[in-house]
Amino acid sequence: MKVYLDNGSTTRVANEVLETMLPYFVEEIGHPIFIYSLGQAAADAVERSQKIIAKTLNANQEEIVFTSGATESNDIAIRGTAYANKKSGNHIITTKVENPSVLRTCERLEKEGFKVDYLNVDPQGFVNVEQLEGKINENTILVSVAHVNDEIGTIEPIEEIGKILDEQKHKIYFHVNAAASYARVPLDVKRMKIDLLSISAHKIHGPKGVGALYVREGTKIEPINYGYISLFPLRPGTENVPGIVGFAKAAELAFDNFDAQVEKMRKLRDRLMVGIEERIPHVVLHGPRGEKRSPANVNYSFKYVEGESVVLHLDLNGISAATGSACSTRKLEPSHVLTAIGVRPEIAHGAIRFTLSRYNTEQEIDYVLEVLPKVIDGLRKISPIKPGEF
Amino acid sequence: MPVDYTERSLLKYTQQVIDLFRNPKNVGEMEDATVTAVEGDPKCGDMFKMFLKIDNGKITDAKFLSFGCAANIATGSMTTEIVKGLSVDEAEKISIKDISNRLGGLPALKMHCAVLAYKTLRKAIQSYRELEAKKQGKQGP
Repeated sequence: MKVYLDNGSTTRVANEVLETMLPYFVEEIGHPIFIYSLGQAAADAVERSQKIIAKTLNANQEEIVFTSGATESNDIAIRGTAYANKKSGNHIITTKVENPSVLRTCERLEKEGFKVDYLNVDPQGFVNVEQLEGKINENTILVSVAHVNDEIGTIEPIEEIGKILDEQKHKIYFHVNAAASYARVPLDVKRMKIDLLSISAHKIHGPKGVGALYVREGTKIEPINYGYISLFPLRPGTENVPGIVGFAKAAELAFDNFDAQVEKMRKLRDRLMVGIEERIPHVVLHGPRGEKRSPANVNYSFKYVEGESVVLHLDLNGISAATGSACSTRKLEPSHVLTAIGVRPEIAHGAIRFTLSRYNTEQEIDYVLEVLPKVIDGLRKISPIKPGEF
Repeated sequence: MPVDYTERSLLKYTQQVIDLFRNPKNVGEMEDATVTAVEGDPKCGDMFKMFLKIDNGKITDAKFLSFGCAANIATGSMTTEIVKGLSVDEAEKISIKDISNRLGGLPALKMHCAVLAYKTLRKAIQSYRELEAKKQGKQGP
């Protein structure tokens, strides 16, 4: 049996998405900038896609800018806002548990003279809203917090943060990386008072290489790349029209019957969590339980074994899952998120992340629950560390 | 900040590594080991324990336990397999490269795993030498 449980890294493209995209490679090939019919058809397709995505966020069509993915969206949002507002201030607030695309961008801005505060989070990964408010000063121009932590599934109090920022005497822009939450956790940029929001197509059964940035009308922001402007002054260059059309179709599918799809993922998540805790001793859950956890995220450390060995044994059994953090697989340090929530390194090294999608089934979860205890038991038998040592 | 844009840090194991990871040889505790050595630290993500049974300067059996990645387990299997039947002097001449070559190579990022098994082997041999020296001292004139 093949079971794909790494949907937090990337997802399969939905068949309907692929079908929708295909004509845009060979027939509807126009460049949106041109006046002739093929060009206009392409521009119309992009605008229709903007409208579809905007609706899922409670935004307006003009507020959606297409990019190459959440990494680029985060970069444009953070640097574009920082540069455009540097006369008002040079202070940015973010957290220690952001995706590297946010953290590395902030570090770069520090080298350019901006001041960045990286907030601590509690042991479940939650940002403390009062602590955030305490860091605000007259130079603060931007706050960037992910809606859902991509490693441990913590749903951050975005609405509360948005409200606090909105109450400040001067304008502080609020950027939310929603790559891990879009189509999994309800989002409303107006209610949550979000100014900038990053999303990605390939996390929601759309194609890789397409994303979007929501930019609230009136936001002071400048482009970070320059070139021939087609439809988006904030993001020059030829639009990825097939990708954009595919992204919109993926969003349509995800938001059609949203509640039922989320409920399905949540049930599978709980089935997996209960099963792991019933069948395997010495496990540590990372992130919260219940309503404040992403319906698609399960992350446990299996003590006394090392994550990569678990992942490869699962792989040999047809199951795809990630070590604690997909982004840390090329480094040898434990994930920055697990470190920030206070997980001891010897435990963090045994972390495995399972991320669900609407395509997963109960049978698949049951198969994982049959294989996983054997894998963990086998690795514990060859481990020099005896249960109870830490 | 400039980066080495040609650098590729893809993790890819050879079939030899995957096969030994799947079915490692010489895994487990050894009750009657002549020497036991431990290297590594679970805090750093890997720990390795080696048991050697040595009769008259010859390694008659070798076993290991591993808390580590696939490279760590495969290297442990290969190292114990290589030293079985060798004299202690011969085992001492084994290099990290010998072990890695027998595995068809290891990704650069995972070379430290080969080093860990190798270090444990050296430590075990060192313990054996000390044990022998002590014996000699006791029996000496």
